[in-house]
Amino acid sequence: MVKRLRRDMPFHLLLLPGVVLTFIFSYLPIYGIIMAFQNYNPGLGFWGSPWAGLDNFKLVFSTPQFINAIRNTFYISIGKTALQILSSVVFALLLNELRWTGAKRIFQTIVYIPNFISWVIMAGILINLLASDGMLNTLLKSFGMAPVQFLSNRSVFPWTMIITDVWKTFGFGTVVYLAAITSIDPELYESAVIDGAGRWKQTLHVTLPMIIPIIILMTVLALGNVLNVGFDQIYNLYSPAVYTTGDIIDTFVYRLGLQNGKFAIGTAVGLFKSVISCTLISASLYIAYKVANYRVF
Amino acid sequence: MRMMTKGQKIFRVFNYIFITLVCLTCFLPLINTLAVSFSAPAQVTAGKVFFWPKGFTVKAYEFAMQSGKFVQALMVSIRRCILGVSLNLFMMTTTAYPLSKTKQQFRARNFYMVFYVITMLFGGGLVPYYILVYRMGLLNSIWSLVLPLSVQVYSMVILMNFIRGLPGEIEEAAMTDGAGQFRILFSVILPVLKPALATVGLFSFVFHWNDWFTGSLFMQNPKNYPLQTYLQTLLTSFSDMMRASGSNYYELLSRMNERTGRAAQLFLALIPTLMVYPFLQKYFTTGLVMGSVKG
Repeated sequence: MVKRLRRDMPFHLLLLPGVVLTFIFSYLPIYGIIMAFQNYNPGLGFWGSPWAGLDNFKLVFSTPQFINAIRNTFYISIGKTALQILSSVVFALLLNELRWTGAKRIFQTIVYIPNFISWVIMAGILINLLASDGMLNTLLKSFGMAPVQFLSNRSVFPWTMIITDVWKTFGFGTVVYLAAITSIDPELYESAVIDGAGRWKQTLHVTLPMIIPIIILMTVLALGNVLNVGFDQIYNLYSPAVYTTGDIIDTFVYRLGLQNGKFAIGTAVGLFKSVISCTLISASLYIAYKVANYRVF
Repeated sequence: MRMMTKGQKIFRVFNYIFITLVCLTCFLPLINTLAVSFSAPAQVTAGKVFFWPKGFTVKAYEFAMQSGKFVQALMVSIRRCILGVSLNLFMMTTTAYPLSKTKQQFRARNFYMVFYVITMLFGGGLVPYYILVYRMGLLNSIWSLVLPLSVQVYSMVILMNFIRGLPGEIEEAAMTDGAGQFRILFSVILPVLKPALATVGLFSFVFHWNDWFTGSLFMQNPKNYPLQTYLQTLLTSFSDMMRASGSNYYELLSRMNERTGRAAQLFLALIPTLMVYPFLQKYFTTGLVMGSVKG
């Protein structure tokens, strides 16, 4: 026992700084959740504030803005996930048809760039591009079409969010799927050719079935994150005019909880989101493990 | 080369055209922003600027450099990145190495692993997190931008898997020579870990460089804003800044406007990302795929 402790001591020491910081910044806030059940008053603190039971939850669930935010979160999130997977799979398949590997690499490199640009800069670029006198509307007008208010029209806004997010991130999926396609055993294609399959049949009966496990894995992992729809993107592009269709849970919490100082209600909404997220992520990781033998640790 | 049918030839041509178009949409908006930043405001408002500046001027860049705020925010960002990346790398190495051991080699390994995985699954939410940092007295301090983000579990797992993939013999050899765990980590493991550390280090740099939210959450005084947080405020209030610049507002307005001025500062902030990108992409298939799609 003592011997083992002495043997393991260096490991404990190495882990100590990380564990202390993680405990402070990831575990201590969990304790703050008690605010969700209080009429939290910063002057009185966690111990002095009066208890409120479930009042905060009742209040927030009766606000139409919150119900809107939940609906928008799911709507935008599911739109993003579906389009993202579709576009990256299709693009990876198309890239795979190129014979010259150099071209594959160059194109893959280009479509992956927007992933690394921050949403603040991206928002600036998009505001510039989608403005009523921006490049896209100038183009639309030159084709004789009516200009579109991409960022301030209530019914267009969610789709602007979905498309621009897919545009920014599909390169990542492409890289992942292309890597999966490249690792398919060439013998499978050879035997398909012997059976008389053309390129299209090969794609349909060899490539697709071989990458289906990874598609499922990516879908499942994305569904676990369904409530993280992209605070950075939406916060930097939305405006009060599109709150009804563009406000999501995260932006709602930030506005209400911190900008308006309603700490207790903000915490309650945060808790609601955490609980659902935790369930979804655990379920998705479990399914990913069962289906694709994927393990985080 | 194999003979191709007519259909295949047509497909290839269309495929190249389509892929090229998609790629163009990925960086033409950047080119447009760059062109706008060098253009005269009148041309921009008239919608005449596409991919080449019209009425070339560098006024927007001069303004960015002279206003002082841009440079100030840039300095905060540089300090933050140096501090943040070193802290991340230190924490990741010291955490990944013990966790790369098996349960037989290190008995408490799984306990620590669960401790970290829980943080990926559940958190207290934004408001308690803010109150914590506030109570610790870290508001307006650069430490609030790096300490809460010091352990990046996801990158740590990538590093851990990399260590596990190393041949065990080098370690055993060091062990029989009587080296302790610290010696093994710092003089045997660390040198072979360089490429992996470069990968996670670059990602950590891009993360710290791109993050604006932490800055806007914890910095109350705009002079402590990192670059991205400062740029975020520009999205809504650029004309206020031009008014406050002290120079003749209307004279300034004839040579630059909100859109050209903003485009210039956004583009300047983009340069470091574009500079590290070639190095990032050299690693991305190994690094990212290793972490996201295993077995």
